[in-house]
Amino acid sequence: MSSHYEAPIREPLVTGNKSYHDVTVDVAAPVEGKANKSWWLVFSIALVAFLWGLGCIIYTVSTGIGSWGLNKTIGWAWDITNFVWWVGIGHAGTLISAVLLLFRQKWRMAVNRSAEAMTIFAVVQAGLFPIIHMGRPWLAYWVLPIPNQFGSLWVNFNSPLLWDVFAISTYLSVSLVFWWTGLLPDFAMIRDRATKPFQKKIYGILSFGWSGRAKDWQRFEEVSLVLAGLATPLVLSVHTIVSFDFATSLVPGWHSTIFPPYFVAGAIFSGFAMVQTLLITMRKVINLENYITILHIEYMNKVIVLTGGIVSVAYITEYFIGWYSGISYENYTYLSFGAATGPYAWAFWALITCNFIVPLTLWIKKLRRNIVWTFFVALVINIGMWFERFDIIVICLSKGRTPSSWAMFSPTFIDIGTFVGTIGFFFVLFLLYARTFPVIAQAEVKTILKSSGDKYKKLREEHVSDDHIGEVEEFPASGGPAANTEAHEGEDDLNSEDKNNKNN
Amino acid sequence: MSAKVIQAIYNDDDLVLQAVKQIREENYYVSEVFSPFPIHGLDKAMGLAPTRLAITSFLYGLTGLTVAITMMNFMMIQDWPQNIGGKPSFSFFDNMPTFIPIMFELTVFFAAHLMVITFYMRSKIWPFKKAENPDPRTTDDHFCVEIEVANHSEEALVKFIKDTGASEVKLID
Repeated sequence: MSSHYEAPIREPLVTGNKSYHDVTVDVAAPVEGKANKSWWLVFSIALVAFLWGLGCIIYTVSTGIGSWGLNKTIGWAWDITNFVWWVGIGHAGTLISAVLLLFRQKWRMAVNRSAEAMTIFAVVQAGLFPIIHMGRPWLAYWVLPIPNQFGSLWVNFNSPLLWDVFAISTYLSVSLVFWWTGLLPDFAMIRDRATKPFQKKIYGILSFGWSGRAKDWQRFEEVSLVLAGLATPLVLSVHTIVSFDFATSLVPGWHSTIFPPYFVAGAIFSGFAMVQTLLITMRKVINLENYITILHIEYMNKVIVLTGGIVSVAYITEYFIGWYSGISYENYTYLSFGAATGPYAWAFWALITCNFIVPLTLWIKKLRRNIVWTFFVALVINIGMWFERFDIIVICLSKGRTPSSWAMFSPTFIDIGTFVGTIGFFFVLFLLYARTFPVIAQAEVKTILKSSGDKYKKLREEHVSDDHIGEVEEFPASGGPAANTEAHEGEDDLNSEDKNNKNN
Repeated sequence: MSAKVIQAIYNDDDLVLQAVKQIREENYYVSEVFSPFPIHGLDKAMGLAPTRLAITSFLYGLTGLTVAITMMNFMMIQDWPQNIGGKPSFSFFDNMPTFIPIMFELTVFFAAHLMVITFYMRSKIWPFKKAENPDPRTTDDHFCVEIEVANHSEEALVKFIKDTGASEVKLID
């Protein structure tokens, strides 16, 4: 079939001579098998961290925010740093599942399920901070415009913190249904394979009775496409709105129009780094090296290089404008005794090293395709992006307009414990997910198996005799601009399809 | 409906697409195809009408936008037109820039969720729904095509289906 034609220059996305059934077996294996010792070990560590964090949260709420390291000058520090960091991490998941779907990037198919899981679990962590950093979190429902007995007292829709409420809850809920809808065929696959009655029952419920009818698939694909079209502006808007928390303020260093795109680029940058960290481990642990190949890792590294470049340009722009504006407040935030030279210089230079210098190594193809190095760089970026948020928030607050209120910040163990707790919670969720959910969108991978699987690519190579394909390869332009793509799939030209069928 | 159907199992997606085209050329009626993954071009080959879910999504989005505008206009401009930080609350348009983030979010929220709910309702899928695929292998690597026998000769039809490459053919009453 001509829709399976793929330019020979493309490396296979699925290796290991896989057939459709092999994909099923490989994806179902971790779900059907038992957890091993190291899973339980890591899970226990994550659980302990989570419980410790939970203790810190309960202590904060019952004792007061004063148990944190905040002071009258610096009212936001680790809480909002962690919030923005977690939201940022979540963005790569939507980018992979939505933006790459719009761009028809087939390599997304092996990574999108886990990336979306990461999004959801990261946004859950992020969602904790706006609640627990409140002085009176039990009144948090007051942020919702619900009719009430105070003469119907409403909220103020001018505040970016309220926009955050709408943005984060929309983002979480839309990501969740996007993820879940994509999971239906995969849950159905596990349901139909399950031998234990309990498992069959559970996956029967989870799969919503998905039967895989032609009409269902037609709707499924349309829904996926429209959701991708909606999630793309959503993901851009969410981090834009998060950046408005700072950009709409009057604080020198915060009040900056570059923040929306710059935060979004940083979010994708840090999110992809987290995807790398998780997937490099996961492909090894549950034997998915044939699906998440070195090519996938290289592609993600390229996105990291791109967004890292955007972020670096933004740093330089901020500095340039700090000097160019001629405003003394901006000037001291950035230059005279500000970020690079002041008491937080170590944090600033950690940011420059982690986000600017280290990712530059990914321009080298050898390093980009080196798994160990990629893992290291991804960790470094995660640290660097945490410092970016910390620097923006704390350095700018610590030296505001009146020198009499200049202050320093240092976290207490409860600040740190809460952050550690969210990392623990994240891994608790992710580890449970990796054992119970199909971690690769097998229904999607099966659609690219014939065009991008090495088995079929090899078969095609051995049997190339078709004049049409030969001609297109030799003179791509003669087949029209779309000759090398999937353009033929919609055509009802039976003759050409018969001819091409002989090749498969 | 006591319609007899023939369930033909195939094990290749290209074969299914080819078979569906042949079956329809012979004027048999393909009532259903169950597949483990979407086969591109199958809906066209089966003659399925395009889905209108994207249109519903657009309308839901407009609803969300209307809700956002009505809500914020009422709360901020009509009900309590207060001065909060010097923001002009004299008319909706005076203060519109700060309403845009929520107008946008609610548009997306309505468009996405109501479309997904519509999809679930139209395709009749929900948490406790029983699966209806005739063979568990159709979520793995097999494809099932259902053809209505109607008033055609059974033997001729079965033979024809076998010739299209079906690996198993079953007659269901």
